[in-house]
Amino acid sequence: MLLIKNLKVAIAGKRILDGINLEVKAGEVHAIMGPNGSGKSTLASALAGRDLYEVTHGSVKYLDEDLLEMNPEERAKKGLFLGFQYPVEIPGVSMVSFMKTAVNEQRTYQGKDPLSAGDFLKFMREKKELVEFDSQLTNRSVNEGFSGGEKKKNEIFQMALLQPRLAILDETDSGLDIDALKIVANGINTLKSKDNATIVITHYQRLLDYIVPDFVHVLYQGRIVKSSGRELALELEEKGYDWIKAEANGNGQ
Amino acid sequence: MSTNQEYIELFKEKEGILDKASPSFMSEIRHDAMENFSKTGIPDKKSELYKYTSLQKIFEPQYSMLFQPSKVDFKVEDIFSCDVPNLSTRLEVILNGFYLKEKVSLRKLDNGIIIGSLAEAQKKYPSLVKEHFNKYAGSGSDGLVSLNTAFALDGLFIYVPKGQSLGDALQVVNLPMTGIDTLLHYRNLFIMEDNSSAEIVVCDHTLSPFRFLTNSVTEIYAGPGARFNYSRVQNEHLNSNLLTNMFIHQEKDSQVKSNTVTLHGGTIRNNTNVLLNAEGCDSQVYGLSLADRTQHIDNYVNIDHAKPNCTSTQLFKGILDDQATGVFNGRILVRPDAQKTLAYQTNNNILMSDEAKMKSKPQLEIYADDVRCSHGATTGQLDENALFYMQSRGIPRKEARLLMLYAFAHEVIDKIEVVPLKDRINDLVNKRLRGELSRCNNCSMACGDLPLPK
Repeated sequence: MLLIKNLKVAIAGKRILDGINLEVKAGEVHAIMGPNGSGKSTLASALAGRDLYEVTHGSVKYLDEDLLEMNPEERAKKGLFLGFQYPVEIPGVSMVSFMKTAVNEQRTYQGKDPLSAGDFLKFMREKKELVEFDSQLTNRSVNEGFSGGEKKKNEIFQMALLQPRLAILDETDSGLDIDALKIVANGINTLKSKDNATIVITHYQRLLDYIVPDFVHVLYQGRIVKSSGRELALELEEKGYDWIKAEANGNGQ
Repeated sequence: MSTNQEYIELFKEKEGILDKASPSFMSEIRHDAMENFSKTGIPDKKSELYKYTSLQKIFEPQYSMLFQPSKVDFKVEDIFSCDVPNLSTRLEVILNGFYLKEKVSLRKLDNGIIIGSLAEAQKKYPSLVKEHFNKYAGSGSDGLVSLNTAFALDGLFIYVPKGQSLGDALQVVNLPMTGIDTLLHYRNLFIMEDNSSAEIVVCDHTLSPFRFLTNSVTEIYAGPGARFNYSRVQNEHLNSNLLTNMFIHQEKDSQVKSNTVTLHGGTIRNNTNVLLNAEGCDSQVYGLSLADRTQHIDNYVNIDHAKPNCTSTQLFKGILDDQATGVFNGRILVRPDAQKTLAYQTNNNILMSDEAKMKSKPQLEIYADDVRCSHGATTGQLDENALFYMQSRGIPRKEARLLMLYAFAHEVIDKIEVVPLKDRINDLVNKRLRGELSRCNNCSMACGDLPLPK
């Protein structure tokens, strides 16, 4: 589904990603971990198409197409979803008009008829229940005045509405208390299927107690320095990142 | 000869016609106004109030002036559909500054409400008109107002007696339509007696492609407990310049709301002057301007808190594209006596291009010590993070921009209380932002093909 080859990305001339290689197949859950500043969020944003991030080298194939050629909205319409680390507040734009526009853009792209206002509200109600999203929040402006936890739940709610093929969740667990974490994890698990894939970016292994990854990758200094099964996450939790850093620095230099 | 001198000469030449058209009490008022004008002239850029809007430039071309109503051999309704149709059963039309009569030029309803031509009201109800005319606009020394007082022959007159309500919103359309570049003056007087209420929707349009300069004055008297809602849509072509001067006088516990949506036009300057002359008054002044190309939109608001326990709110928003320029100057004056004043002012602007410019000038003068006043002004671009957020959900960038601009504008539109009008303006703003609102075809006929008034 996703094939990243030797991807190098810079921000304002400064190289952040230094040759990422990663393959994600349908049905898989990948966890990307790593210390602060290792490039995890850069990878997520670059895949979603944020133009601040300049791809200087490498290729990314998504569903056998060149992902890097597409603008952000095309990527989204083809089923790529980014769950933001810091969801953006958009004062005045209601959740309903925001998501109705998004869902109908996608439907039109897929050759389906746009949903009527009534049908959309019904669809929204179903998804709200599915991911346990507070029904009052959809009456407000996008993320405006939402708590940290509500914003993250809103990301999962949007994911439920858009039903992505590939979801990249950037530190969706940060700032969540344990109950909210369970709800978010539960939402992600509910939306999982054999046809879609998930990349979970996280600092802590805590989230991985609820979302069981097939692969765990450690990102350090813009590279994936270690990949393994879920046991790697437990090892990181216990020993921290220092041994990985030492290993990477030792190997690299 | 300077432009000012030209108008002074023109007044001398036309004084006879002007005197004949109005009852005798008007002669002195006109004469005094011209006296004042000869001292002040048209405000120039040295005047602090017109620093950012050059009136000289828009007064420069040669304009003709009309001293009698235009004759039309068609029904305006047949060729013209206002952008805001079907609000009320009757549309009041001010054609080239004159009240366009259908059967009569002044109607008195069973409940005592009087609606119609100001010129006619001056003749029929001189004492009523005299009590208010030029009492609220006259005190200032603004040359534009003097020029209007000297030359304006007609306009709309509304009188709502004690405790009466006008009912459905009354719709008024100001229509310049001549075959030559024209300077228009019209004068409105709205008298709202104790505990009366009225809702007025004013649309400014043009029906022919010539250069127009409209210099209007509207005086509003809101008696004790009166409620008055004034909504205005300005949609004219690029060669049409508008100078509007509104004077609102409020008495005890009255409430006046004004909402101006500027969709299109050349140079537009809206002056809103509010005097809160007794306790318990509430004033709300809102404005939304959408400007592109070389348009220039200048909103000036002056709220005079003369008495204690009054509230005022100003909210003005602007979206400027291309080389458009905008100005907001909001003044709040709290006089020493006006304790417990609550006065708020907000001005937010979005610049869509590198060349668009906005000048925002809050001006608070507070001479009382127990008041709550605030002001805030922002000018910026659309939030890139928000745009990307929407794109990442599959919303095209263009659509995302529209959603955000629309959301930005919505706060002002939301203040409009007449639901059909609100819906209509929502639609117009939406179209305007999409670039679908044609520059000047709010008439069913193409501009220029019209039978021009003789």
